[in-house]
Amino acid sequence: MIAAIVVTATAGDILTASAMRQVGDLDVIRERSGILGAAAAVVSNGRFGLGVVCLALSFFSLLFAFSHRDLSLIGPAATSLTFVTNALAAKWFLHEHVDRRRWTAAIFVCVGVALLAF
Amino acid sequence: MTFRRYLVLGVITLTASCGDTFLSRGMKSIGPVSLAHPGELIHAIFSPWVASGIVLLIGFFASYLTALSWADLTYVLPASSLGYVIMTLLARFWLHEHVSPTRWLGVVFITAGVGFVTRGPSYTDHSGGGPAEQHIAVPVETPEEVRQ
Repeated sequence: MIAAIVVTATAGDILTASAMRQVGDLDVIRERSGILGAAAAVVSNGRFGLGVVCLALSFFSLLFAFSHRDLSLIGPAATSLTFVTNALAAKWFLHEHVDRRRWTAAIFVCVGVALLAF
Repeated sequence: MTFRRYLVLGVITLTASCGDTFLSRGMKSIGPVSLAHPGELIHAIFSPWVASGIVLLIGFFASYLTALSWADLTYVLPASSLGYVIMTLLARFWLHEHVSPTRWLGVVFITAGVGFVTRGPSYTDHSGGGPAEQHIAVPVETPEEVRQ
């Protein structure tokens, strides 16, 4: 159950980030075409739509998991693991420069979120 | 990273934490919702706290997408994690929830993680030659950009 939440959340985050990288700097688009133009640029991107679908699946997986297990287990476990899987997926699929600093940050936040459960 | 972009990260942090807190406050005032009566959830959306929480979370998503258009995912996610810290502070001092020492330790870890990531570059520029991992673009602010 936690794996389903983490995988769909990571897929959603990666697809959304990839879509925004494809769309380009929203500040520039907003200056040129206004807020509606920026919104249209985002919504018309296929990867963004797919990313939203994955995030929705993650949300419903979370609701399903909550109906079977405690919030205090599911919430922090899924959220903290997602930080690490996002870093891995961003390195492999988005080719982001994930250096030691970012790995350290991801692990610190992962541990910190997990500790919030206690 | 310009001051305006740090402001966007701040908006992400605040809207996420306040949005979740408002939702929690609103749903607690409504009481437990039974799966046998899912229509109660529709009714809950119109309560002031829940509606405000939804507006804030819409603001969060808009600012999150904006940040992703000029920064890496592995920068934005940790950098906006201060929202967990704010949520803990709101839970303790506004909702009067008990926050254990272990949770405060979690707050320290998250803050340290945020500090780590925000001291580094925010964006991997793939437009240059060579492997993407070796090329990190950090926009250099000219005095004119800073004054704007």
